[in-house]
Amino acid sequence: MENSSIIKIENLVKKFPMGKGEFTALSGIGLTLSQGEFAGLIGPSGSGKTTLLNIIGSLDVPTSGLVKVLGQSISELNAKESARLRKENLGFIFQSYNLLAVHTVYENVEFPLLLLGLSSGERKKMVMDALEWVGLTDKIRSKPPQLSGGECQRVAVARAMVKKPSIVLADEPTANLDAANSHNILKTMEELNRELKTSFLFATHDEKVINYLHRKIFLLDGRIDKDEVVSN
Amino acid sequence: MIKFLFKGLLRDKSRSRLPVIVVTIGVTLSVFMHAYIVGFMGDIIEINARFTHGHMKVMTRSYADNMQQLPNDLAMADVSSLLNDLNSQFPATTWSPRIQFAGLIDVPDINGETRSQGPATGLGMDLLSPLSTEKERLNLQKSLIRGRLPEKKNEVLLSEEFSRKLAIDPGEQLTLISSTMNGSMAIHNFIMSGTVAMGHEALDKGTIIADIEDVQYALDMENAAGEILGFFKSGFYDDETALMYAERFNSSDTLNNDEFIPVMRSLSQQGTMGTYVSMTKMWSLYISLVFIIAMSLVLWNAGLLGGLRRYGEFGIRLAMGEEKSHIYRTLIYESLIIGIAGSITGTALGLFFAWLMQKYGIDFSGIMQGSSMMIPSVIRARITSADFYIGFIPGLAATVIGTMLSGIGIYKRQTAKLFKELET
Ligand SMILES: Nc1ncnc2c1ncn2[C@@H]1O[C@H](COP(=O)(O)OP(=O)(O)OP(=O)(O)O)[C@@H](O)[C@H]1O
Ligand SMILES: [Mg+2]
Repeated sequence: MENSSIIKIENLVKKFPMGKGEFTALSGIGLTLSQGEFAGLIGPSGSGKTTLLNIIGSLDVPTSGLVKVLGQSISELNAKESARLRKENLGFIFQSYNLLAVHTVYENVEFPLLLLGLSSGERKKMVMDALEWVGLTDKIRSKPPQLSGGECQRVAVARAMVKKPSIVLADEPTANLDAANSHNILKTMEELNRELKTSFLFATHDEKVINYLHRKIFLLDGRIDKDEVVSN
Repeated sequence: MIKFLFKGLLRDKSRSRLPVIVVTIGVTLSVFMHAYIVGFMGDIIEINARFTHGHMKVMTRSYADNMQQLPNDLAMADVSSLLNDLNSQFPATTWSPRIQFAGLIDVPDINGETRSQGPATGLGMDLLSPLSTEKERLNLQKSLIRGRLPEKKNEVLLSEEFSRKLAIDPGEQLTLISSTMNGSMAIHNFIMSGTVAMGHEALDKGTIIADIEDVQYALDMENAAGEILGFFKSGFYDDETALMYAERFNSSDTLNNDEFIPVMRSLSQQGTMGTYVSMTKMWSLYISLVFIIAMSLVLWNAGLLGGLRRYGEFGIRLAMGEEKSHIYRTLIYESLIIGIAGSITGTALGLFFAWLMQKYGIDFSGIMQGSSMMIPSVIRARITSADFYIGFIPGLAATVIGTMLSGIGIYKRQTAKLFKELET
């Protein structure tokens, strides 16, 4: 399975314009991720974790260097193509859940499937499966404001996972959760990783998350400082 | 997908109910204001029409050329057959013969010597025949200060101010000294049955209002009248129609050079009223325009803010893989729905309020205690065809354009930046 790399980054540089000059957020990043990895970008605040995750998620573009996700070069995708990459292959989980507040749990999880144009029968089955994974089948009619933080993040996990994407990008998913909820979510994600072979890439500086990771990629000032695989 | 967006639209009150209310209010105000301005400006035209100008006026050609001098020697003869002609040719119009005249009013004492005297302008109109609408047209009953309206031959009204100056009370006799149609002296005795106040200085100074048959008799104008005024049965002056009627009427006699041939003049073709009519048109347009532009800016802004507020939601939808162009389009559709809903309810409400104001008006006579007026002291709105679509300019166009502009931000902003806004 070694040659089935789903993310391939070579010599990535990302600069942001700042005042008159520019600020280098990422420099010389080289990284390869294979199918089914459970990896995390670890580093202090400002080290470039979110920036890197955004570029992999085709929400941002590299200044220079090569970033290939599922064989497609991010810098060469037009808006339509990058939307399609996200729609079909990527799931996102955010620190602040980012659920649609006026829609029910069911509808929030259903949304990615609507974009894929699936029939309502297919959608229903997949949504119920996803809610089953995160243990929220009894809350399908609730709306996000009626849920606890932990429940919200589980909805977000279900939403990211419902279409069974190749890659889930999770930016500080536990930052707003207490220890019990954090472990809960992480266990769920670990299980999904094992059963569905979905690749997970986290951005975090939370010890609880780090302990679950099978691969730890340390970022420091926009560079990869260390990249270690945990053998278990 | 459409269902999903609809649910969102309906459930998110700040996205549906609030904007619809804002649009509705804006459109209601625009429609109402427009109807109000048209009504208000129109009222001034109507007052002049009722007293002196008519919506159209028929006179002999030379009378028309010397209108200011009230030249009754140039009056129309055989008025009754001309009236028949007019009534059959223009059935949507009420035609009323009038005689305007000038003269001296003399009030005698018991011995028949002059007690007091003053110059007067006279208005002869049909006050006595039961089908006549002239009394209502001039609002005489409400303008009555003392005495009563004329009920039989030789009874007249004087303006209150004039009667005070002459020191004459209802029931007392007065003598009109004027000239006949043929230029000889005319003397006729009347009884003053009552007095009226008209609220117009020019009319209140020295006016005598008499039945037209009495005036015809007094001035030796058997079956003659200086003018025949035409009033649209709709009750409102319509310049285009008036001009068209006048042209139609005059075209039949273009080859005739007879100076006694009757000609028709629209209100706007009579002296300074023409300037006023075009000024009215211009000002109602300007004022409505300014108001509509102001409302448009408000609604545009509302559309703009509505879009900006939702950048977070757009960020999520983008992350899920929705295309920017699709988000943009759905945003526009939403604003279309909101704009249409708001414009329809707003137009309906605006028309309703305008209709109320057209039907009942706001009566200022209560505020202007005591001085009951001959002019309508009621401010009325007037609904015109423009009121049915004018609200859609601020309601629909401005809302959608505002949304379009705010939506451009979706394209302009880096996708990742939309996320920054979402994280905070
Ligand atoms: N759009 C931008 N414009 C300018 N500078 C930016 C922009 N986005 C990020 N940066 C800068 O790039 C650096 C890396 O930011 P990034 O958000 O990737 O850090 P991070 O590792 O995710 O930090 P945190 O743990 O606080 O989330 C920071 O110094 C940040 O200020
Ligand atoms: Mg970050």
